[in-house]
Amino acid sequence: MGKVKVVHYLNQFFAGIGGEEKADTLPHIAESQPPISQQLQKLIEEDAEIVGVVVCGDSYFNENLEEAKAKVLEMIKSFNPDILIAGPAFNAGIKAFSAMYEENPGVDVFKKEVYIIPTADSAAGMRKALPAVAKFATKLAKGEEILSPQEDGYFARGVRVNAFVDERGSMRAVKMLVKKLKGEEFETEYPMPVFDRVAPNPAVKDITKAKIALVTSGGIVPKHNPDHIESSSASKYGRYDISSFDKLSEADHETAHGGYDPTYANNEPDRVLPVDVLRDLEKEGKIGELFKYFYTTVGNGTSVANSKQFAQEFSKELLENKVDAVILTST
Amino acid sequence: MVKEIERAGIPVVHMCTVVPISLTVGANRIIPTIAIPHPLGNPALDAAEEKQLRRKLVEKALKALETEVEDQTVFED
Repeated sequence: MGKVKVVHYLNQFFAGIGGEEKADTLPHIAESQPPISQQLQKLIEEDAEIVGVVVCGDSYFNENLEEAKAKVLEMIKSFNPDILIAGPAFNAGIKAFSAMYEENPGVDVFKKEVYIIPTADSAAGMRKALPAVAKFATKLAKGEEILSPQEDGYFARGVRVNAFVDERGSMRAVKMLVKKLKGEEFETEYPMPVFDRVAPNPAVKDITKAKIALVTSGGIVPKHNPDHIESSSASKYGRYDISSFDKLSEADHETAHGGYDPTYANNEPDRVLPVDVLRDLEKEGKIGELFKYFYTTVGNGTSVANSKQFAQEFSKELLENKVDAVILTST
Repeated sequence: MVKEIERAGIPVVHMCTVVPISLTVGANRIIPTIAIPHPLGNPALDAAEEKQLRRKLVEKALKALETEVEDQTVFED
């Protein structure tokens, strides 16, 4: 066969167009290959050729899922590729795979449908992952057998494959048990899926009597971010008094959040943390009370472990203060 | 965060634009919002209309808190 035809899909950042302020970039075909595609091309040049680069802004894509998906897909198909790299959302009969950091929510959403190669949580990490991406692309496109997640280095998809082994099941099971009893490392052949789901709490009986608290991962903080909450990968959260505010404004609050264009939130912080409306509802008796503090952090790249710990801590305070319900806003 | 608040026993409604992420992180009551940089607003509207839009969304969130759910529920229009 001739060279494998590859289409590379990139967001605005990797396409070199810009960061968060360009996240509304419309889907388009790049006129020339951005550096990351050129690097990938070098790595796969023996077997494959990047025939097109399709670009779309992250915000545009997520906010216009159906439309963006259709447009991007049409552009990808126009190249008639054998393989698509980095397009987890497109289930279109084209072999596709992607590379993501393990805490990227996309991993859980898409790992069953596409192969995903793990990367570090930074753009530099993505570049380091390129050789693995290139190797995998070539293999997949040529129709070579994809081995286990450990052997070929992708996130397990939960697919079971029949295989012949030397020892029968009972023997393997006993050996594992012996290792376990000795306290040694052993590897299960059937890892249990982890479902960390929390059942919904009962509904609020009478919202007109309820004390409601506001929480956000959208990074709203008092002007000048007094506690220096980081713009990404936050290591802390803040608790701030809003009892004297009928609404938020650019004079008194702003967002600390990186990763999205902060103009709209900075000009009118109520667009992320709706203090104005809740204050009105409180005055009209539609809710009992707006809790005097709000809790905030930056959700951008912040680890699951940190977010979990923040919420465990402040939930105790919410309970102590007899808060009946929480509105959590995310950007 | 939404899951830990729920785990603490407090009913919580998640207002966010990218619903698939909300489903993945395990929110049980979900209100889809306007856009990532302005979930509860729309800078294209004038101030009064925009506040009205925000009020509608918040009222929807309160309604969700008053609604018994068995499982993850996205409150569409």
